[in-house]
Amino acid sequence: MEKDIVNIGKSVVIKGELNGSEDLTIEGHVEGTIQLKEHVLTIGPNGRIKAQVFAKSVIVLGEVTGNVTASDKVDIRDNGSVDGDIVSPRVAIAEGAHFRGSVDMQRKAGGAPQQAAKPAQPQAAAAAPQQPAAQPAAGAPQRVGA
Amino acid sequence: MGLLDRLAPRKNEPDVRPVGPASGPVDDPVFATKALHKFLQTLTSRELPVLLDLGPVVGSNVSYFGEQLGCKIFVEDIFADVDRHVRDGKLDQFAEFLAKRFPQADGEVDGILCWDLIDYLDRPAAQALATQLTRVLRPDGALLGFFGTAAPQDARYTKFIIVDDVNLKHRSYAATRGRQAILLNRDIIKLFSGLRVSDSFLLKNNLREILFRKPA
Repeated sequence: MEKDIVNIGKSVVIKGELNGSEDLTIEGHVEGTIQLKEHVLTIGPNGRIKAQVFAKSVIVLGEVTGNVTASDKVDIRDNGSVDGDIVSPRVAIAEGAHFRGSVDMQRKAGGAPQQAAKPAQPQAAAAAPQQPAAQPAAGAPQRVGA
Repeated sequence: MGLLDRLAPRKNEPDVRPVGPASGPVDDPVFATKALHKFLQTLTSRELPVLLDLGPVVGSNVSYFGEQLGCKIFVEDIFADVDRHVRDGKLDQFAEFLAKRFPQADGEVDGILCWDLIDYLDRPAAQALATQLTRVLRPDGALLGFFGTAAPQDARYTKFIIVDDVNLKHRSYAATRGRQAILLNRDIIKLFSGLRVSDSFLLKNNLREILFRKPA
């Protein structure tokens, strides 16, 4: 079955609450709240988000300022940037990604917006060196006793 | 699950060894660490440990602490703050900045990875940082710091990537300033006067590794 994927283009600016029941890719600007509880949200390389984000999975290639809550996984790719707190059972951060905030993999993700953590702080200077992307697993610590 | 079962098994490996192809994309040197194991024990002794990492974000470290040890992790890249202040010509305000930098509450953090950050700071900034870290650390919490013992060289920072509980991989990257000075033991102890030295090791790569604990 073909999966629905919606794109928000580069020139689109949305302010307010964005709800959906299909996968979504954002290349434009969104401010407010994004909820895709059962679906995948992709912030494209041109995407600029200032919002509280709730989704099943979140893939970040652009910039997110705000807290991100995912019931499955948050994946910050090379050159992706997140300034905010992440709550998700799985988090992958690539070499060359920027992240500032906290990561909580234990707390149950998927709370309603009003249960969100504190708003993210203003963005600090971009910090991460721009290096070739590495698989998150590369050089990963040995996993034992899981 | 036992406390030590949550940690990787101890390895009898030399202090320096080449990294095999399966270990990572580049030939990052690997160094044995003697204090990390004890630091991890402090974290695993807590139900939901809170970790403060002062270095740049390292994905595999986040996975290790978050997934394997069940930590909540605060990533506060102070090296990036140093760079920003150097670029803006505001390094003289850095101590003041650090005094207000950390949003964590008093005693909120179980463990702090300070890495070799202190080496890159001027004395007032180092003191402001040490005061703040002492504040946010809970009683009996641990702070792991590295301190250079060799003459400062070129301007490079180091990312410390955890291989297991006794090995760290080092990856250097460009910095806007180099190490400022070699601190003597007494200077380090004076900086962290609110903490006590639990363990101190001189590693073969000329780093002094110190594990501090906050008195209960």
